[in-house]
Amino acid sequence: MKTIYALLICLFLASFTNAQDRYLTKKGTITFFSESPMENIEAKNNQVLSIVDVSNGQMAISILMKSFLFEKALMQEHFNENYVESDKYPKATFKGSILDFENISTSKTKIKVKGNLTIHGKTKEITIEAMTAKKDDVLKMTGEFFINLVDFDIEIPSVVKDNIAKSIKVSFNFNHEIYKK
Amino acid sequence: MKKIVLTTFVLIASIQLSAQDLFDVLDKEAPETENIVSATFKGTRIVNGHSVENRKEKELEFIIAHRFGAINTGVEDLFGLDISNIRFSFEYGLTDNLTAGLSRASVEKTYEGFLKYSLLKQKTGVNSFPFAISLFGSIAAKSEKTIPGIERARSFEESLFHTAQVLIARKINATVSVQLTPTYVHRNLTATFDDPHDIFATGLGTRVKLSKRVSLNAEYFYQFNKLDSIDTTNSLAFGVDIETGGHVFQIILANSRRMVEKSFITETTGNFFEGDIHLGFNLSRTF
Repeated sequence: MKTIYALLICLFLASFTNAQDRYLTKKGTITFFSESPMENIEAKNNQVLSIVDVSNGQMAISILMKSFLFEKALMQEHFNENYVESDKYPKATFKGSILDFENISTSKTKIKVKGNLTIHGKTKEITIEAMTAKKDDVLKMTGEFFINLVDFDIEIPSVVKDNIAKSIKVSFNFNHEIYKK
Repeated sequence: MKKIVLTTFVLIASIQLSAQDLFDVLDKEAPETENIVSATFKGTRIVNGHSVENRKEKELEFIIAHRFGAINTGVEDLFGLDISNIRFSFEYGLTDNLTAGLSRASVEKTYEGFLKYSLLKQKTGVNSFPFAISLFGSIAAKSEKTIPGIERARSFEESLFHTAQVLIARKINATVSVQLTPTYVHRNLTATFDDPHDIFATGLGTRVKLSKRVSLNAEYFYQFNKLDSIDTTNSLAFGVDIETGGHVFQIILANSRRMVEKSFITETTGNFFEGDIHLGFNLSRTF
C-alpha cells in the first residue's frame, strides 16, 4: 500500500514539476552559414520550436526544413530538393539535455548541451557549448557550432564543391518563455 | 528495499518519458503551416513547351537552344548535325510570379515576347490546393520578309502569331509531376484560304525524376484542328534534364525542329516513329 502511495506521489510530483519548469519558444532562430572560395551561403529559419525542462535539463528542438529562407530562391529550391530532401525528411530534430542545468541562473552562464541531432534522416550525437540566462519568465539560449555535411549523408556534387563548405556553421538564438498549458 | 527500487524505477521512467513528452508538446504547439509545393519541374520548359515554373524576382535566365536535322537524313548530313536551328532567350522575373521573356529563333527569323504568370500554387497543409496554374501569352513575329508564293513583302501585322496557354500542373509525389496545357494559337496570316486562323491544342507533359539532379521528361501536343496547307503531325518530344547549380541542361529528342510555341505545336511535320527525330539541347543559366 505504501508503495502505491509512493508511486502516486512520484508521478504527481513528476507531472507537477514538468508543467511548471518548461520553457517553450515557437520563434527560435537558427542560421546556417557556408563559407567557400566561390560564394557564401546563408539561410535563416525563425520559426524553430524549442522546449527546455529546467527541472531536469531535458530539451527538444523541432526545425521545419522548408522554413529556411535563402537570399536566392534557386538556392532554397536546391537546398530542399537536392540536399536535405525536405519532402522525404521535412524536419530536423534535436533531443538531448543540458548537462549542467543546475548552473542556469539570471546571469549569463556557459552550459554544455549533449544529445542527438537528426538531419536528413541521419542521427549524430553532438556535444556543444551554449550561453544561457534565465530572467523572470524568459530562458535565453544562444550559441554556435559546426556540423559536417558528410555526417548527415548530404552529398555535394563535384561541380559545386567550391561553392558549398563541407563544414557548416550553425548559430541558434532561442528566447524561451515559460510554458503554460 | 522493494519500495526504493520501485520509486527509483518510477522516477527514471518519468524522466525518460519526458524527452518524448517534450516532442509531444512541440507537435501540439507547432503552428499549422501552409506549404507551397516547389520544383514541380526542374526547368521553365518541360521539353519544348513551358512548364509552370517561373523565375523568381530579379532572376535572369538565359536559355540557348539548338535543334538539329532529322536523324533519318542519313550520313550525308551526319544524321542531321549539319543542319541546326538556334534560339536564344532572355527571361526575367519581374516578380516572383511574373516572368517576361524575349527570344530570337533562327527559323523564319522569329522574334518572340512572352509573359508567364503564376496564378495559383499547389499547396499542402493549411489552404491546400491540388494544382499549380499558370497563364502564358506570347506574340511571335516572323521577320523573314518574303511570303512563299507571293511577290510582296509581309506587313508587320501579317507577321504576327499569338499563343495563349493555361498551364495546369500537379507534383504527384517527389518523383512524378504532370501537366496539362490547353493551348490556343492564332495566326494573322494563313498560307492558304483553307488554313484556319485559330488552332486549338492541348499539351500533356510529365517528368520523372531519375535521381536528385536528373529527370526524364516527355511532352505531347494534341491538335484539335490542324493547318490544311501542310501535312502536320502532333509534337512529341522527350528530354533528359541534368541540373548542376544554376544550370539546367536538357538533352532532347523531338519530332520537331522548331522551338517557338506556334511553330512546334501547329507546324510540326515529322513522324517520330518513322525516324524524323531531331536531337537537340536547351542550356539554361540563371543569374
